[in-house]
Amino acid sequence: MGRITLEKVTKSFGEVEVIPPLDLTIEDGEFAVFVGPSGCGKSTLLRLIAGLEDTTSGHIRIDGEDATDLPPAKRGLAMVFQSYALYPHMSVRKNIAFPMKMAKVPEDEQNRRIEQAAKALNLTDYLDRRPGQLSGGQRQRVAIGRAIVREPAAFLFDEPLSNLDAALRVGMRLEISELHKRLATTMIYVTHDQVEAMTMADKIVVLRAGNIEQVGSPLELYKTPRNTFVAGFIGSPKMNLFEGAEADKLGAHTAGVRPEHIEVGDPASAYWSGTVGVAEHLGSDTFFHIHETGLADTITVRAPGDVDYKHGDRIGLNPRMDMIHKFDQQGLRIQ
Amino acid sequence: MSTKASRSAARLMISPAVVLLLMWMIVPLVMTVYFSFLRYNLLSPGATPWAGWENYYWFITDPSFNDAIWNTLALVGGILVITVVGGIGFALLLDRPMFGTGVIRIMVIAPFFVMPTVSALVWKNMFFNPVNGIFGNIATSLGLQPIDFFAEIPLLSIIFIVSWMWLPFATLILLTALQSLDQEQLEAAEMDGASWSSRFWYIMLPHLARAITVVILIQTIFLLSVFAEILVTTNGGPGTATTNLTYLIYVSSLLQFDVGMGSAGGVFAIILANIVAIFLMRMIGKNLDA
Ligand SMILES: Nc1ncnc2c1ncn2[C@@H]1O[C@H](COP(=O)(O)OP(=O)(O)OP(=O)(O)O)[C@@H](O)[C@H]1O
Ligand SMILES: [Mg+2]
Repeated sequence: MGRITLEKVTKSFGEVEVIPPLDLTIEDGEFAVFVGPSGCGKSTLLRLIAGLEDTTSGHIRIDGEDATDLPPAKRGLAMVFQSYALYPHMSVRKNIAFPMKMAKVPEDEQNRRIEQAAKALNLTDYLDRRPGQLSGGQRQRVAIGRAIVREPAAFLFDEPLSNLDAALRVGMRLEISELHKRLATTMIYVTHDQVEAMTMADKIVVLRAGNIEQVGSPLELYKTPRNTFVAGFIGSPKMNLFEGAEADKLGAHTAGVRPEHIEVGDPASAYWSGTVGVAEHLGSDTFFHIHETGLADTITVRAPGDVDYKHGDRIGLNPRMDMIHKFDQQGLRIQ
Repeated sequence: MSTKASRSAARLMISPAVVLLLMWMIVPLVMTVYFSFLRYNLLSPGATPWAGWENYYWFITDPSFNDAIWNTLALVGGILVITVVGGIGFALLLDRPMFGTGVIRIMVIAPFFVMPTVSALVWKNMFFNPVNGIFGNIATSLGLQPIDFFAEIPLLSIIFIVSWMWLPFATLILLTALQSLDQEQLEAAEMDGASWSSRFWYIMLPHLARAITVVILIQTIFLLSVFAEILVTTNGGPGTATTNLTYLIYVSSLLQFDVGMGSAGGVFAIILANIVAIFLMRMIGKNLDA
């Protein structure tokens, strides 16, 4: 069980209010991702839930019980740190056993759970090594193993993949998703990488300066971003946002269209046109950066990989009209 | 890590320093060993005939020799225990954020900069004196019999004075080590349900092991040769109660003018220091290459 509720939680460091009053519910078994730019308070929020920071005001409930003043150990949550925070002088086995040793779990039960976790995480061959003798990905798995054996009510991850290289990151991403499916335990995952957020989450919480900008499923956020911030943050490459005459023509203060919702065509007959700048060839797709469109400095377009334009070519752009997002003066979505 | 080429270059470049250090060490050592085999007394100048093992025989069978050995070991052991335990305690205290940490740190470090003779005199006259000393006054005002420290517990008093001087050194090294401990490790342990004492035992102490090793090794080297504190307070007495090996060597060579015997004692001290060093290295050396 692991239903986590935040009620009017605030956090200030001295004079600085990092988290203004914030309400949030994370359902049991949900994979929630906190995402937002650097310094927006994701880690702080996670540490508040973990109990590593005290709330300035408000309440944190875990399974309905008030956990606001409980010490971290009593909350039944396990955390995986960005630096892994493994104990360097203990073997992998002892690292994984540590929380159980603290909880005075019987020896044979400890061994059973260690074997189980090691098997699930491919660590069986490394149990007698020290953390210093492991690769980054293996250390990450040890840290996860240490969290699993506690059988916590919820897992907390603070940017666990940011120290890994790109290939490994994709692999570990899948492993964590898999783990979530298997354990069906609540997980809260902090990242600033919106791809991680989109691919892993049941529910994404977009934060800006401690405020929740929007909460919803990945597709909800993708299809109906509530404001320009979320619109610009979710999706890769970013949504093209523009103001001015063209936006007015569409009946909005700010209008946005995603690169994948623009088709390239003949400049003479197209809705918009511009000059091709940089082309990024990914093989399957090509991203064109288009200038001089009269919309914004740069418009990004996603085209199939075989479409070929040279730098400086004129190009026509046809947006899918039903996929244009409209926002008002305050940046809020117009339905 | 290093390539073959860089290793041989490194050897070549440190060789002048190594040669110089070796000479610095070898010349006095050889002279001491040489003198220890001569009958060489300043009261009968002139002839210094070969004496064989005579000096060693007389030095070792001297009734104060046994006492000196035990006093040396008790002194070193006692001070090490006090400074390491106390140093860890102070380091833990100073590591917490609190008001006036800067000033308190300087105050804690200060005793290390006081000369041994001066600090010994301060303790002797200001604190330990049974009539005028502060401890004596406190005892008297409480209606107790003041303790005459240097007469009743001489060795303990010396241990105390020297510990007071070395505590800052241990504190400083251990504090630096403690501050290099990754806070996330402590937080992880906290999440794992470790109480403060478990965190200390399983996380902080292993992290400090290397620093503790360094403190013990360095201090042992200096503590084997404690001298000034004994000279200005007890003169090795009462009887031989505070005579350590260094002081015994001083007595033979400079009070009895017997250079040969003093040198024999010196050679003996070198052997003792090496035995202790080997023991220490065996016991805790494995911490250093972890
Ligand atoms: N101990 C502290 N004292 C004062 N200010 C702090 C403290 N910890 C965090 N802050 C401030 O709180 C804000 C949020 O920090 P936080 O670490 O939660 O950001 P974040 O969203 O995790 O960023 P990142 O993605 O870079 O990790 C920052 O502006 C930071 O400067
Ligand atoms: Mg962070």
